[in-house]
Amino acid sequence: MGRKLLLEHVNVPGIETYEVYRKNGGYRSVEKALKTMSPQNVVEEVQASGLRGRGGAGFPTGMKWSFLAKPEGVPRYLLCNADESEPGTFKDRYLMEKIPHLLVEGMITSSYALGCNQAYIYIRGEYMWVLEIVEKAIAEAYANGWLGKNILGSGYDLDLSIAPGGGAYICGEETALIESLEGKRGNPRIKPPFPAVKGLWGCPTVVNNVETIAAVVPIVNDGGAEYAKIGIGKSTGTKLISACGNLVKPGVYELDLGVSVEEFIYSDEWCGGIANGKKLKACVPGGSSVPILPANLVCKTAEGTDRLMTYESLAEGGFASGSMLGSGGFIVFDEDQCIVRNTWNFARFYAHESCGQCSPCREGTGWMEKVLHRLEYGHGNLRDIDLLAEINKKIEGNTICPLGDAAAWPVAAAIRHFREEFEWHVTNPDEAQKRNFGIASAHVPLV
Amino acid sequence: MSIKITNGNATDEVAPQFSAERMVEVQRIINQYPEGKHKSALMRILHMAEEDFGGWLSVPTMNYVAGILNIQPIEVYEVATFYTMFNIEKPGKVVLEVCRTGPCMLVGSDNIIDHLKLQLGVEVGGTSADGMFTLKTAECLGACGYGPMLQCGKHYHEHLTTEKVDALLDAFRKEHSTSSNN
Amino acid sequence: MVKVIVDDIEVEVEPGTTILNAARKIGGDVVPPAMCYYSKLEGSGGKCRTCLVEVAAGSTADPRPMPKLVASCSTPVQDGMVIKNKTSERVHENRGAVTEFLLINHPLDCPICDQAGECHLQDLGFEHGKEGTRYEEERRTYDPIDIGDKIKLHMNRCILCYRCVYVANQLTDQRVHGVMHRGEHAEISTYIEKAIDNDFSGNVIDVCPVGALTDKTFRFKSRVWFLKPMNASCECTKCAGKAVVWMFGNEIMRVTGRKDKYGEIEDIDGKTAWICNDCRFDKKDVSEWNIEGPRVINRHSVISQNHYLKNDPERDAKKLTGTK
Repeated sequence: MGRKLLLEHVNVPGIETYEVYRKNGGYRSVEKALKTMSPQNVVEEVQASGLRGRGGAGFPTGMKWSFLAKPEGVPRYLLCNADESEPGTFKDRYLMEKIPHLLVEGMITSSYALGCNQAYIYIRGEYMWVLEIVEKAIAEAYANGWLGKNILGSGYDLDLSIAPGGGAYICGEETALIESLEGKRGNPRIKPPFPAVKGLWGCPTVVNNVETIAAVVPIVNDGGAEYAKIGIGKSTGTKLISACGNLVKPGVYELDLGVSVEEFIYSDEWCGGIANGKKLKACVPGGSSVPILPANLVCKTAEGTDRLMTYESLAEGGFASGSMLGSGGFIVFDEDQCIVRNTWNFARFYAHESCGQCSPCREGTGWMEKVLHRLEYGHGNLRDIDLLAEINKKIEGNTICPLGDAAAWPVAAAIRHFREEFEWHVTNPDEAQKRNFGIASAHVPLV
Repeated sequence: MSIKITNGNATDEVAPQFSAERMVEVQRIINQYPEGKHKSALMRILHMAEEDFGGWLSVPTMNYVAGILNIQPIEVYEVATFYTMFNIEKPGKVVLEVCRTGPCMLVGSDNIIDHLKLQLGVEVGGTSADGMFTLKTAECLGACGYGPMLQCGKHYHEHLTTEKVDALLDAFRKEHSTSSNN
Repeated sequence: MVKVIVDDIEVEVEPGTTILNAARKIGGDVVPPAMCYYSKLEGSGGKCRTCLVEVAAGSTADPRPMPKLVASCSTPVQDGMVIKNKTSERVHENRGAVTEFLLINHPLDCPICDQAGECHLQDLGFEHGKEGTRYEEERRTYDPIDIGDKIKLHMNRCILCYRCVYVANQLTDQRVHGVMHRGEHAEISTYIEKAIDNDFSGNVIDVCPVGALTDKTFRFKSRVWFLKPMNASCECTKCAGKAVVWMFGNEIMRVTGRKDKYGEIEDIDGKTAWICNDCRFDKKDVSEWNIEGPRVINRHSVISQNHYLKNDPERDAKKLTGTK
C-alpha cells in the first residue's frame, strides 16, 4: 500500500474516540498552529502545498482562502461541505465515520487560519448517524479544550457545530449549501457576490470539502513543501478515491496522485480488477457528472500515453477524449452494462435534483430524462439522439449554478462515445429490452 | 413523482408537542446560531419532529415548528417540500428507501426494488395493505461501493441480496408486532 | 461614472449598474428581454435566463471576453465593458433555446388566457420562438386554484419568476404563498389552500409576466385590446391612488397599476406607485375616479389596435430624427 496521510490510523481500534486519536498524534496541527504560527503562516503553508479542493472542482484551496474578505467588525465563517451526494462518491462519509476527529482538527486549524470564530459542518441529512459520530467528536474536543474560549491559552476562540441537510444534491453547491444552512430552500445564489465576500448571513465565508479540510492537518504538521512533493505537477498530495461499480474490491482508497489508472483498477493493492472475470466497458472516473470514458480511453489517453490518477491526466484530450478527476467517485462498468440505461439513470438523477430555479435546468433536465427514457424503453427514434445533444448544449453554461453542466456532460459524453449503442436501441427496440449491446463500441478507436 | 398536496393533509388534529427533554435539545440546536439567525435550526428540528410525531410532517406539525422558530408557516412548507427526506404524507410504520442511482444499479438495485415490490405488493411510493411498509426509491445515498442498499430511518442496510431483504422484512415485522403488544 | 458599450452604442452609467440597466439607459431594441427581473423588487432576477448577453470584453483593465453568456440583469458592468445583445448570434441562439425551455410545458392557451395581448412570454415567443415544438411528452398540468376570492392562480402558465414571492415579502406583512417542491415539479402555492389576504396582495397580478396570476374581477370579461387604458387617480388612504383604469365605453372593466414600457409599476413622486386592493378590485365605478387622460401605448402593441394615436412623444421624436 502507498503512503497514507489521512487514513494512516484508520484501522487503529477506537480511533473514533478522543483518547486514541490523541495518542496517535491527533491535534498536533492545532498545537503547532496556535502556538507557533500566525494565521497567515497557515494560509501560506496551504498555498505552498498546492492543495486543490477535493469536492470536485479542484480549485486551489490556498487561493480560495486568500480571497476571503476581512472587513473590520464583521464575523467570518468557515463551512465544511459534507453534503457528499455526487453518485459514485462516498469518501467523506468514510472519513467522518472512521476518523471524525481528523475533520474536527482540520476545522480548528483552518478556522484559525481564516480568523473565524464560528464554523459549521453541513452534512447531508441521510448521514444522520455520521452526524451523531461527528457531533460526539465535537463534544469531546470541547471537553478537552480544543474548542470554545481561549483554546490552549492562545486567546483564540472557536465554536463548531454540525447541521444536517434534508435530501438535496444541490446543497453541495456552495451557495445552495449556505441557503440551506440558513434554513431555506437550497436554491443556489446568483453570483457575484461570491461567498468570500457575502456568504452565510451576508458575511464573508469559505466553504471547503471534508477531505480538503482534513488535508490541512498533514499540511500543517509536515509543512506545505513536504505535501507538495507528493504527486505530479499541479496534482499534489494524496487523494481519496471511492471506487465502485463492477470491481472486485470496491471501497475507499487513499493514493498518491499520479498512480496509473490501469494499476488502480487492476492491481490487487487497489481495486483488484473487474468483478466476476468480466471485461471493462467504460469508466466514469470522477463522480457521475464527469464525462464517461470508453474502455480504450480509460487506461490510455487518445495519444496512447498512460492515463494517470491526476487532475491533468484524466482531463487530457479535453471533452473529446478525456474526462475529469472530479470528486474521486470512480465508477467502473463491466461488459454487461447498458450505457443507454445508465445515461438515463444519471439524467433522472439530475432532473430529480434540479432546484427548479432557472429555466434551462428546470425544463431541460426533465426533458432529457424523458427523451432518454423513451430511448431506453424502445420508443425512441434516431432524431432523438440529436435532440438530446442539442438540449444539453443549450443547458450547458446557461444556468445559475454548475448543476446544469453536471447534467449535460454525462449525456453529451455518452452520445459522443457510445452513439452506436443509442442507435441500436432505436433500430432494435425489441432486442434492446432483452439483452445489452455489449462491449462492441467500447473498443472502437476514437474517430 | 411529486405528491400533489390537497386539503387532506391539513387535518384538525391537535398540534403536537415536544417533550420537555426534547425541548432542551431543540434549544441547544437553536443556540448554535447567532441571535436572530434561529431559522438555521429549521432543518434539524424538522428531522426531530418527524422522528417524534409519526414519521411525517403534518400541517399542524409544521405550524408548530414555525411557532417554535417564530417564522411564517409558509417558510416551513417551502423547505419541507424542497427536501426529499421529509415525508409530507403519512407513510407506513417502516419506510424503506432503496437507492436507485447508477452505481447501485450497476450492482443490481433494480432486482432489489422488483423483489420488494413483489414481497410488499406495492408499487414504488406505495404503502403495504397492512400499513406496515412504505416502499420508496432514493437518489444516491453515498453507499456506492456497498450496494445495493436501502435506508430505513437512520440505518443503512448495505450489500443487499434478495435473501437479506427477506430477513430484514421479517425482522421489521417481528419488531413492530412486539412493540404493538407492549 | 463608467463607460460601457452595448451593441456598438456607448453609454455612461454609475459604477455597480447592471448590464441590463445600462442597456435600458440606451433604450430601444438593445434592451434584453427580462421575464423574472423586476427593478422594483429587491433580489429579483437571474432565474429565467432570457436576458443572457455576450460580454465581448470584460473591462478596460481586463479586456478578455467572458466564456459564458451572462445574465445581464444580475451582472454589474465594469469600465470599458463591451456587451453584445442583438448583435450576437450566440445570444440569439441561446435566447431561442431559453424560450423553447419556457414553452415546452406551457399550455399555449393564449386564446383563453386573460394575459394575451400584454403577456411577456407571448412577446418573447413571437420574437424568439419556433413555429413548432420538439417536445413530444405530456405537458405538466395543475388545476387552477383560487387564492382568495380575487386572485386566480393558473400554475400551468407559470414560469417561476418568483416575482410574486418577492411582492409578498416586500409589500405585505405576511407571506402566505411561496414555491413548493423543486425541479420541474416546483410550483407556486399556498400549500394548504389559503387566501392571500392583505391590502397589497393584488400586486402579484401586476408583476406576473404571464397569465398565471389573474384578476378574478376581470376574468373573461374582455380582451385587453378592446379596452382603453386611462390614467386615473383617486383619494385613497392606503395607496397613492394613481392607477390605470381599463375602460370599455364608459365602464371600468379593470384597474391596474401604471406600468412602464418594461411592464414595471412606475415611480410617482419618487415612490413606486403600487396600488391597494380597494383601488384594484372594488373601485369599478367611474365616479370613484378622476380620469386624467389616455395612456400612451406602444404602437406595436396589440392594445393600440383600433385606437387613435395622439401625442406619442416617442413616435414623434422618431419621425423628426428619421429613425425607425
